[in-house]
Amino acid sequence: MAMMRYAEALNQALREEMQRDSSVFLFGEDIGRYGGVFKVTKGLMDEFGESRVRDTPISEQALAAMAVTASMTGTRPVLEIMYADFMPLVLDALINQASIYEYLWQNVTMPFVLRTQGGGGAGAGAQHSKSLDSLVAHIPGIKVVAPVTPADAKGLLKSAIRDSQPVIFLEHKLLYNLRDEVSDDPELLVPIGKAKTVREGTDVSIFATSRMVLESQKAAELLAQDGISAEVIDLRTLRPLDLDAITASIARTHHAVVVNEGWRFCGYAAELSATIMDFAFDNLDAPVARVTLPDMPVPYAEPLELSVLPNAARIADAARATLK
Amino acid sequence: MKNSPSLDEQLEMHRKMVIVRRLEERLGELHKAGRTRGPIHRCDGQEAVGIGATAVLGTSDFVTSTHRGHAHYIGKGVDIRGVTAEILGRATGTCGGRAGHMLIGDRDNGMIGGNAIVGGSIPAATGMALSIQVRGTADVAMCFFGDGAAQTGICHESMNMAGLWKLPVVFILEHNQFGLTVHHTVQSPVADLSIRAAGYAMPAEIVDGNDTVAMYRAVATAVERARRGEGPTLIEAKTYRMQGFSTSDMGGYQSDADLAEWNRRDPIQVSRRGLADAVSAERLDQIEAGAVAEVDAAVEEALAAPLPTFELFTRSSPYATAPEAV
Ligand SMILES: Cc1ncc(C[n+]2csc(CCOP(=O)(O)OP(=O)(O)O)c2C)c(N)n1
Ligand SMILES: [Mg+2]
Repeated sequence: MAMMRYAEALNQALREEMQRDSSVFLFGEDIGRYGGVFKVTKGLMDEFGESRVRDTPISEQALAAMAVTASMTGTRPVLEIMYADFMPLVLDALINQASIYEYLWQNVTMPFVLRTQGGGGAGAGAQHSKSLDSLVAHIPGIKVVAPVTPADAKGLLKSAIRDSQPVIFLEHKLLYNLRDEVSDDPELLVPIGKAKTVREGTDVSIFATSRMVLESQKAAELLAQDGISAEVIDLRTLRPLDLDAITASIARTHHAVVVNEGWRFCGYAAELSATIMDFAFDNLDAPVARVTLPDMPVPYAEPLELSVLPNAARIADAARATLK
Repeated sequence: MKNSPSLDEQLEMHRKMVIVRRLEERLGELHKAGRTRGPIHRCDGQEAVGIGATAVLGTSDFVTSTHRGHAHYIGKGVDIRGVTAEILGRATGTCGGRAGHMLIGDRDNGMIGGNAIVGGSIPAATGMALSIQVRGTADVAMCFFGDGAAQTGICHESMNMAGLWKLPVVFILEHNQFGLTVHHTVQSPVADLSIRAAGYAMPAEIVDGNDTVAMYRAVATAVERARRGEGPTLIEAKTYRMQGFSTSDMGGYQSDADLAEWNRRDPIQVSRRGLADAVSAERLDQIEAGAVAEVDAAVEEALAAPLPTFELFTRSSPYATAPEAV
């Protein structure tokens, strides 16, 4: 075990997987010499050379389509897309390419990972602050993970690289400096598709991913002050969902709040809510509550940005409302 | 010489460059003091590109910009006080604090606008040129984009249509040698990106991007050509970014020798030397002092201005498209 930052845990995962498997290679903008704008790939070009760690031109659309076919033909590419806000540029590669070939051609696999980071709170404005989880979680055949702790970041990235299917790996710009204990066992993986209960409770279940798990934990503290016992479930994987964990928790609490930093209409929280309705309706005592960004761009100025981002107070309010 | 700026125009370009430089320096200080928010992309050393190119335009012409747009904003006539307040996230900013420094738009002045999706400014200006052609006016659209943006696929798509349809657009490639931290030699196998213009049947010119007068002349020719309906031009302005990529740049990839070499070619000094025969040093000092005072006043005013307050949109707003407006 060692204390390290989220960014360092990711770096360690990449290093270990590149040492283990020479078909793993990295490409993306500013990831080589500079080590990535969030320093996730720091030192890897020096260690593995310019062929396996490539700085690319600003060409997201081509890069993503190349990741698909490079993975189809014997390598395990890990592509970094600097901001989740640029995901719309790579959607064709995901939706019209990566998503269809396993079904059509059957004997192909596409073991690539696309890492990106999203989210607000850094004053980066309307084109650098979005969470577009639902855009990628919408696509059949593609897995989506969004860890919040350094240990899960490392373990899930290793699983993603070894997975035979495309995996979108969602990071958050406000998590990179978060420090926690991380195992140095190179064979310790965190399985894709498994949620984690980060706080047990009996009155209401709060489901979240990425940075929203931290806000949900704070909300649970606020609720505890009112004598409300909230359970917080870190889904960790957005697709495929850990249905067992979701339904088991609701069977205990009978109330559900779903939290997502993205937009509300057709958003990831809407999907979670519908899924809960499909599989846990009989155990619900109240409608599922959604806490999301309002349906609008993320504004720049601090008071504006802080007003739109989901936070502990809003999550606690939503939980109280379901219990009314 | 044909298309040369008048002395007054030259002095105005000089003044605007000093405004932009002072703004960048003040933003650098404010950043260090923890009084700015988010990354800020300064254009120190590149001022002549934006100021020289926009000096040729009128209010009804359009400009599209990038994440590094301060010289473009000021050049196109956006009020320095509004720009400063916007960068500092104030209610009095050009966009009420909603946009921040990368995304400033000012429809009345034809600056629409900053764009932080790299490459986004290129089809944006091309679309405006299409509108101009359809409406049959003599306006032009001017597109600023970087050497990094030149590697996007959308750059090719846009330039192909601009050439094909002879759209009234002037592409200003602001070649500052880097895309973010990556040197141009790691992004393109060719040093002079303007050779691509041949593939779009458009003329191209390489210009000293640190010389406002050279910029003005080349762009004036391109703008006249566009106004005559003869189509687009690509201007490749060679310049250099003297500060980090943004205020969050951790550095370590720009060589001291390059910085020293380009410092000798500082556009404000180049401009001063160019004006030396026609204008006294005292007059230039006076103009510069006035520009500095204007920026300092804008900064003080912005810092004293109120922060915006959030109002959730109402049912009539364009964002109220969901059943429940929250
Ligand atoms: C589509 C997209 N990809 C990546 C980025 C991140 N990014 C912002 S600026 C930049 C470099 C742009 O280089 P250039 O066009 O030369 O402009 P400069 O910064 O030199 O002014 C990059 C990669 C982005 N904003 N948009
Ligand atoms: Mg550049």
